[in-house]
Amino acid sequence: MKNWRGWVLPAIVVVASELLIRQTVTDSDVLVPPSKIAAASVVAMADGSLLHATFETLAAAAGGLALGGGFGLALGILLGISRSAFEVSFLAIEILRPIPAVALIPIAMLIFGFGFRMEISVVAIATLWPVLILSQHAVANVPAVLLEVGRSLCLGRRRTIISIVLPAAAPGLFTAARLAAAYALVVAVTVEIFANPQGLGYALIVSQQMLHPETMLAMLFWVGVIGWGMNSIFLQFQRTFFVRWSNVEQRQS
Amino acid sequence: MIEIEGVSLAFGGRDVLSGIDLTIGAGEFVCVVGPSGCGKTSLLRLIGGLISPTCGEIRINGKPIAGPSRDIAIVFQDYGRALLPWRTAYGNVSLALEASGICAAERGKIILRLLSTLGLAEHASKYPSQMSGGMQQRLQIARCVAQSPGIFLMDEPFGSLDAMTRQVLQDEVLRLAAERHTVTFFVTHDMEEAIYLADRVVALHTNPGRLARVVSVNLSRPRHQLATREHPEFLRLRRELFATMAEFHK
Repeated sequence: MKNWRGWVLPAIVVVASELLIRQTVTDSDVLVPPSKIAAASVVAMADGSLLHATFETLAAAAGGLALGGGFGLALGILLGISRSAFEVSFLAIEILRPIPAVALIPIAMLIFGFGFRMEISVVAIATLWPVLILSQHAVANVPAVLLEVGRSLCLGRRRTIISIVLPAAAPGLFTAARLAAAYALVVAVTVEIFANPQGLGYALIVSQQMLHPETMLAMLFWVGVIGWGMNSIFLQFQRTFFVRWSNVEQRQS
Repeated sequence: MIEIEGVSLAFGGRDVLSGIDLTIGAGEFVCVVGPSGCGKTSLLRLIGGLISPTCGEIRINGKPIAGPSRDIAIVFQDYGRALLPWRTAYGNVSLALEASGICAAERGKIILRLLSTLGLAEHASKYPSQMSGGMQQRLQIARCVAQSPGIFLMDEPFGSLDAMTRQVLQDEVLRLAAERHTVTFFVTHDMEEAIYLADRVVALHTNPGRLARVVSVNLSRPRHQLATREHPEFLRLRRELFATMAEFHK
């Protein structure tokens, strides 16, 4: 394996904590040796509860991302292209953006009650802003020379946007989507921990309250694995589609 | 034909160009030289319709300029950035044809012909990042030729290429300009390049940019890299221009 070095530190941490916790901690509501967490993971996986919770969390995160990211992307592209649209909306965005999305949980609960719709709406608002800002930035920063090429070829506005602006901004737009996906998972789990009785976050908080630290930590670890897996998929996608020409961009920026 | 009449340009409170009068005739090859900051690139951008003069007028074939035109092709200095990195050589040339509304079926033939004219036939499916600087600049020129323009504007196109590549491309540009009877407006900081290519060399003075000297080059065509550069007339012009430039620095 090429990246075996990356596994050294996790292996040391697992083995060391296993030995340390087994020797020193006898009965704790927080600290459990990794072997017990692994056993709890196997149980949760076997009885289907883990996969069911994962499905609920991912569905809410994906729904929210599609909604918030989709709007954010469309608005960001619009504001990146149109200077006047940017100037009109910039102050409103800067005022609304700092409001933490999780602070909207109470309002979302009043409107939607428990369930997917509430969680999706909070994730959507949480992912809207970063996607909007990053995609506006990506579009507004298309190299000036490329735009002049479009002008000198008399491409016209529509064709300039389709043939030059959007492809030039594509790596930036993709990065926005990748970061927003990670954020969507964080927000979905947060909403489940604090309010919504479903998904991994809820499973986590329930095991905490039932004094099952090994299940709680198994959930925690599993959320990390999902986040890592999502990011890997995005990166693989990025390598497949942008690698042939992205090295030019890097060399010259 | 390009007529520049009393053109001045101010930018950010600074006079970039002042009172430029110049007429460039049909089929003429004009090179512009001058110290950096003399506004030679600005003059090119004015002719290209990318910017407008503060006062004065530029006419192309008798008509005042109102923005960029398909009849004017611009070869940008920074070839690395002027090509679309996500398109192959083929796709980059295609861009110019898509703009002219030529149907997809016809494009292929034209593109391959242009690529082979500029010696890029075998590199049609390469991305710019896989090409050398000289090839990238050839590709940009191919894209400009695809516009089939009447006027070529070239902004220090060979400034960052090595000497051999530069000489080969100089001859290519001369050949293209002669074949297509285009007007060529070529900005460079290399005086020998200017004399080698041009029918007339325009020297600009700096701060603000203004015409310092216009020199006619009476050297026979086609030019030859060795014979032309060793010709007594070439050497005389070179001395004259160098002396003019040296005076700017006093």
